[in-house]
Amino acid sequence: MGLLETTEQESLRETARRFMRERMPLSHLRQLRDGRSSDGLSREVWRELAALGLAGITIPSRHGGMGLGWTELGVVLEECGRTLAPSPMMSTGVLGTTALILGGAPAQLREWLPLIASGEKLLSLAHDEGSRHAPYDVGTRASLGPDGYRLQGEKVLVLDGHIADAFIVVSRTSGSLGDREGLTLFLVPAQASGLHVTRTLLVDSRNAARVRLDDVLATPRDILGTLDRGAEVLDPLLDRARVALSAEMLGSLSEVFERTLAQLKTRRQFGAPIGSFQALKHRAARLHCEVTRTRAIVTEAQHALDEDRATVPLLASATKAKASDTFLHVANEAVQLHGGMGVTDACDIGLFLKRARVAAMTFGDGAFHRDRFARLRGY
Amino acid sequence: MRIAEPDGHLRQHLRHWLEENCPPAMRMPMAGEEDEVWGGTRAVFKHPDSRLWLERMASRGFTAPTWPVECGGAGLSPAQANILEEELRHLGCRPPLHSLGLWMLGPVLLRFGSEAQKRRHLPPIARGALRWCQGYSEPEAGSDLAGVRTRAVLDGDHYIVSGQKTWTSHAAVSDWMFCLVRTGAESARHEGLGFLLVDLSSPGVDIRPIRLISGESPFCETFFDDVRVPAENLVGQPGQGWKIAMSLLEHERAWISRLGDADFTREEPLAVLARRYLGDEPGPLRDAVQRDRMAQVDMDRLCNASAVRLAVESMEAGHALGPESSVLKLQAMELRQRWRELKVELAGFQGLGWEGPGFSAEELRITRDWLRSRAHSIEGGTSEIHLNIIAKRVLGLPD
Ligand SMILES: Cc1cc2nc3c(=O)[nH]c(=O)nc-3n(C[C@H](O)[C@H](O)[C@H](O)COP(=O)(O)OP(=O)(O)OC[C@H]3O[C@@H](n4cnc5c(N)ncnc54)[C@H](O)[C@@H]3O)c2cc1C
Repeated sequence: MGLLETTEQESLRETARRFMRERMPLSHLRQLRDGRSSDGLSREVWRELAALGLAGITIPSRHGGMGLGWTELGVVLEECGRTLAPSPMMSTGVLGTTALILGGAPAQLREWLPLIASGEKLLSLAHDEGSRHAPYDVGTRASLGPDGYRLQGEKVLVLDGHIADAFIVVSRTSGSLGDREGLTLFLVPAQASGLHVTRTLLVDSRNAARVRLDDVLATPRDILGTLDRGAEVLDPLLDRARVALSAEMLGSLSEVFERTLAQLKTRRQFGAPIGSFQALKHRAARLHCEVTRTRAIVTEAQHALDEDRATVPLLASATKAKASDTFLHVANEAVQLHGGMGVTDACDIGLFLKRARVAAMTFGDGAFHRDRFARLRGY
Repeated sequence: MRIAEPDGHLRQHLRHWLEENCPPAMRMPMAGEEDEVWGGTRAVFKHPDSRLWLERMASRGFTAPTWPVECGGAGLSPAQANILEEELRHLGCRPPLHSLGLWMLGPVLLRFGSEAQKRRHLPPIARGALRWCQGYSEPEAGSDLAGVRTRAVLDGDHYIVSGQKTWTSHAAVSDWMFCLVRTGAESARHEGLGFLLVDLSSPGVDIRPIRLISGESPFCETFFDDVRVPAENLVGQPGQGWKIAMSLLEHERAWISRLGDADFTREEPLAVLARRYLGDEPGPLRDAVQRDRMAQVDMDRLCNASAVRLAVESMEAGHALGPESSVLKLQAMELRQRWRELKVELAGFQGLGWEGPGFSAEELRITRDWLRSRAHSIEGGTSEIHLNIIAKRVLGLPD
């Protein structure tokens, strides 16, 4: 199958773009931030988005979704990225949905997917524990007792954790820290006793929380996937999340680059538009090349997911590394090329710079993925 | 899949034909540049099957699949040519012919050439009978091609050409040259140029090789001393040379970026090289810095391959590549440079040999390929010139 966008994908992009511009423009994020919104997003706008079918893009139609693929999801995420839209798209639309589809029992699917598609319920993945992304460094224990599993541990950077209706908790049922074997995923409701959620305020004003599990009770029916073999769900889940987040980053970095180009064309110094200076032209041209490369690999990875190619892990790492590095590079350059204005809070450019940092660290930064890529390539 | 029923039939037919006609030796990857066939009256065929393979492919017009049959092509649509390419790849067939005539001059002649020019020049190109070289650069006109001074003055039904070209790759083994000449006043810059086809066996043509830092000598300076060239060899109109020359450059860039990936697959993977020179215990390499750089080059290569794939699909869908070709050229060539440099570094002391004992043939090659690769960001337009093109024509930044 070709990589070019189809007419259906183009019109989906149009729908998403219009919605984001009208209902979740950059000022929306500012309002939530400056008004110290307790949710950190608007549930009302999320339900509107869901009404367009966009919350359940990859959910099969028999469960109330659109039943589309990763390329389509990517198109929508890219548009979310353009306005830095604060929405549960990543936590619920990508992570929660995908975890269920990959590992959920029929009853779990029937219970959750329609409510996700309609925008009523939010899910969250509670996974990372240390100071950087490390998929198998899971110390949270789930010990089997007479009444079920008892979960004990602490999670960081839990996206939308403070407003989630339930958590997918990655825990260790055997093995030790760093082992791929011995992980188990539990679906735990937010009101479970012993579950403590603290909202953290991150530099990008988007939503993440810390979650402490203090003897939280779960039963074998709450397991997603197979006992001790949670990595079989977690690995493909994370690769999908990496590609999806890269698509969102692609939207953000394209937007910040375009805004910078506009600045180069209009801002005048020395009696000429600053974009007429070759020192800046060449920097802009190099940024364009990086944006082109990033777009190409994101598109390739989305198609690889849709076609279920064996190279998905390799491509997911290449894509996340590229998108993370490009976004940071473009955002840094954007600030510099905007001059003094670029470092003011009133200028939107800084919002992109902040987002670039957080997005780059989420699900592994460039260094993490180059290491993983090298391992997959055998060196 | 956009392949419709009748094309499925074509695929079957092509697969069958290729299986019957492609000699087994031509289904092996090429060992190096010496296996490439460039045609011309001084053609070199390292393997006898190379000649057979070229003849068979040319007999069906498959060296230039989209060209009209009367021009030596097969008259296929772009989509059909794509099927042929896929089938060739499927069988692992070597390209039967490498040629500036096929990649660059042909498309330009089809667009700007007269009927007579097409019928005369295209069939020998498609057969690999004549080899062409590119005469754009001059000592005073490198990046600034509009500064070309080689003069072509009309004298009856001939142009009298005098001047000097430089960096003409492979001129000494070529039969003809397509060149940019000044047919009008010096002050007219772009408007005073013409695109002329010159038979290099004409009296007054003198070709001298230039040696490179890599020790090789494929380049030449070419001197024209009152060379008589029939006026019918001018393509288009006298003032149209710039437009034609630039159109040709877009094909050049697209072709350079497409070929840019070939060496990566032909040569030893970085991982194998690294294990040999950095120590070969299993697990991640100990030199974390080199390993990180390897991964970066490796990933960027994937990114470039996808970018080329997108561009090719877009061209096949009927969109002109235009100035975006500069993006592909720039990236593909700078990536190759990084890769060559990395190989020398991974090889350590073994990457420093020039000739004689102490170094394997591959090691000597790594050194020389690195030196050769420094030209990648110069030939086909320097990186700076491509950045100018991208800034102005892709991004619309002001002058
Ligand atoms: C291996 C190789 C093969 C070649 N093959 C051929 C061939 O077959 N036929 C042919 O016609 N030519 C060929 N060339 C010539 C090639 O196209 C020129 O070398 C190239 O265009 C640069 O011109 P120059 O060498 O005169 O450098 P210059 O133009 O003198 O450039 C010197 C430096 O100045 C920079 N510069 C120049 N102008 C600008 C500007 N406006 N803005 C910013 N920077 C600028 C350049 O980027 C470069 O870094 C070949 C060159 C090489 C190295």
